[in-house]
Amino acid sequence: MNAPPADHGDPRVAFESAKLGLWTFLATEVLLFGALFTAYAVFRLKYPALFHSEHLKLNRVLGTLNTLVLITSSLAVALGVDAIRKGKARLLEKYYGVTVLLGAVFLCVKYIEWTEEFHHGLYPGTNIFFSLYFMLTGLHGIHVILGMGILTYVVVLSRRGRFSAGYHTPVEVSGLYWHFIDLVWIYLLPLLYLIG
Amino acid sequence: MSHETTGARRTFITVYIALVLLTVVTVLVSYVNLGLMNVVVALLIASVKASLVALIFMHLKSEDRLVWGFALVPIAFLALIILGTLVDTLLR
Repeated sequence: MNAPPADHGDPRVAFESAKLGLWTFLATEVLLFGALFTAYAVFRLKYPALFHSEHLKLNRVLGTLNTLVLITSSLAVALGVDAIRKGKARLLEKYYGVTVLLGAVFLCVKYIEWTEEFHHGLYPGTNIFFSLYFMLTGLHGIHVILGMGILTYVVVLSRRGRFSAGYHTPVEVSGLYWHFIDLVWIYLLPLLYLIG
Repeated sequence: MSHETTGARRTFITVYIALVLLTVVTVLVSYVNLGLMNVVVALLIASVKASLVALIFMHLKSEDRLVWGFALVPIAFLALIILGTLVDTLLR
């Protein structure tokens, strides 16, 4: 009866709290990748010639292709969240399924790239540019794998009828996580492939 | 929460097309030698793309000031860390 205004039993408050929790987690993620971005900035200014000559060895076409794959997967997530906000669980499952598939495509392309680079004798220990390249793309790849797992779990929950227009918090927060993975790649493309 | 999303699909698809076009532009520009401007243009385009994703796909546009704070403060910290480290390593 006399519930305080910030009662977490209130679904709206619970939703807002979950969202803030996810944004807080993303803050730690920004700083995790941020450490590597800082290292990139320092070494790029220290060895501009090395960064220029080495970045030309990356496959710009595959990097661009993967960017388009991730952007498309992000659109699918946004449409999936929109679907469940309207109560369409089947549609959400389809969109999130497409996202997981595109995540797999992304990893396959990444695998082809890494194989190509290993074949040319380019390893994490080759030089500072490739150390950063493998660290950044590897850490990002781990996030893609985790994101695929989380979205798959959301699809499983949705199949069990857990979500509706009234309750879909896990869909929203998992969507935010996937968009963040897309955000990181949006910066990796220019930093590694385009301007090295 | 559920009734104000009519037309959201249209917005998402428009943003998607913009993101694809910006990606094509940034890749094409990278083949042109602009000297130092290459870095500036590439990061500018990336930031426009990132803003579109955050504002529209992540719904930041329709969030209140509290969520904006949670989203922007870490970016301010990152800028501080990068600038601080650069000042330290370049002016030593």
